[in-house]
Amino acid sequence: MAKAILTFADIGVSVTVPAGTRIIEVSEKVGAGIVYGCRESDCGTCLTEVISGMENLSEPSPIERATLAEHKAGANMRLACQTLVLGDATIKPAI
Amino acid sequence: MSGHEATAGPMAVTDRVHWIGALDPKMRTFDVILKTPNGTTYNAYLVRGSDGVAVIDTVKAETADQFFARLEAVADYAEIKVIVLNHLEPDHSGALPELMRRAPQATLYISDAAQLMLKALLNNSDIAYTPVTTNDRVSLGDRTLRFLNTPYLHWPDTQCTYLEEEGVLFSGDVFGCHYCDEQLFNDSVGDFRFSFEYYYSHIMRPFKQYVLGALELIEPLQINLIAPTHGPILRDHPRHYIERYRELSTPHLHLEIDRDVKTMIIFYISSYGNTMHMAEAIRDGAAEVGGFRISLYDLEGGEVEPFVDLVEEADAILVGSPTINGDAVKPVWDLLSSFAQINVKGKVAGAFGSYGWSGEAVRMVEDRLRGLKMRVPAGGLRIKLIPSADELENCRDYGRDIGSFLMGRPRAREIDMSQLSAN
Repeated sequence: MAKAILTFADIGVSVTVPAGTRIIEVSEKVGAGIVYGCRESDCGTCLTEVISGMENLSEPSPIERATLAEHKAGANMRLACQTLVLGDATIKPAI
Repeated sequence: MSGHEATAGPMAVTDRVHWIGALDPKMRTFDVILKTPNGTTYNAYLVRGSDGVAVIDTVKAETADQFFARLEAVADYAEIKVIVLNHLEPDHSGALPELMRRAPQATLYISDAAQLMLKALLNNSDIAYTPVTTNDRVSLGDRTLRFLNTPYLHWPDTQCTYLEEEGVLFSGDVFGCHYCDEQLFNDSVGDFRFSFEYYYSHIMRPFKQYVLGALELIEPLQINLIAPTHGPILRDHPRHYIERYRELSTPHLHLEIDRDVKTMIIFYISSYGNTMHMAEAIRDGAAEVGGFRISLYDLEGGEVEPFVDLVEEADAILVGSPTINGDAVKPVWDLLSSFAQINVKGKVAGAFGSYGWSGEAVRMVEDRLRGLKMRVPAGGLRIKLIPSADELENCRDYGRDIGSFLMGRPRAREIDMSQLSAN
């Protein structure tokens, strides 16, 4: 199975994950500063800044796009509850 | 001040402001979490300007008859130019649809954040509204309403409205309390101090940071009277209540110790001393990191409320529980269920415990801590029965790990996801 390295810049932790893992599946287990609310792309609480590797993340769904737009999120932002890691990426909490 | 002022009809608050709310003296439990031993009031107000009338907030649907009767005694529906909802919770928005049906010419003003809630609460997307934020104004001719965006007091939508020429602050639930007395004014009603404090501690306390933000907007205002949506209208020494909110919302621990000194609290409860020995070893490991204070508390020897006070101002919380019948024990859940009274979001947290055969408690406690949006940087520590010397060293290392994280020096790690699952 393809692997990817997801790095949480705020705590200096890198986790090797199977490609296709959602950020939410990892971030809480290492104590990263990304905070979750609804966990289903509605509230925007888990807004995350992608420092590098945006091209290695899954495309946002229409629902995620709508929530990102509602929160006036920049082009380097994603929702951690929705985003799949397909290749190496470095992220940190947006807020 | 005046003694007995009847409230069968509307009540004059100032020359231009009338109370047109509703009394609900039989209410005994509010919003599931609040006891209301003498009921509550839903305060709504009518403001008269030279160029129209404004209605500030409405009431719970079940008490709408009182609201409309009082409104009709002081104004015609055709005069209503402005309707303001400072907070959309149903006890204040319950009469809105009917009010807008009777006064279709009126413009509804709500906060930015209230827009989606309005649709979800009223299931009516046809209601037109104008979103407003801090320092937006609406003129009633010789009277002016100014809006203050004061979110999370206690919903995302909450705002206050200031009647500039009268110095009246329509504060929504801020400065309110569940206390029903038809005398209405704080210098005429009975002793409501308990209700005021109780309301703050159950409604506003989790949002202290937002209270302090709102006070920055409110304190500079000339305040002659505070008109909240529940309980007495505060016309006598209104600034006293503003000062009390600041006092209640200001962290106290840092008045006693250096602001930069962090605090870790380790709570545990132990059947045979095993979880206690784990707690002590974790404490020792954390102490090696240094630079922060550590308190160790046996839940068996204390009450929940003072522990919650400690947690509120602590930076890291570790919770140790044995597993009994596949669960953490009740004193642990009593503590954890009380965290909803305060804001624990972002605090560092962890769980540990000794167990006999299956050890579910640690995972369950961890899930609760994460559910409260606390940061759990290391997988919880579970030890079967009596900790060995090696296992106690694992406890010390766990303490070092959490301590380093707390001090902003998390151990840089490169780990495989399978290790996380195995934790």
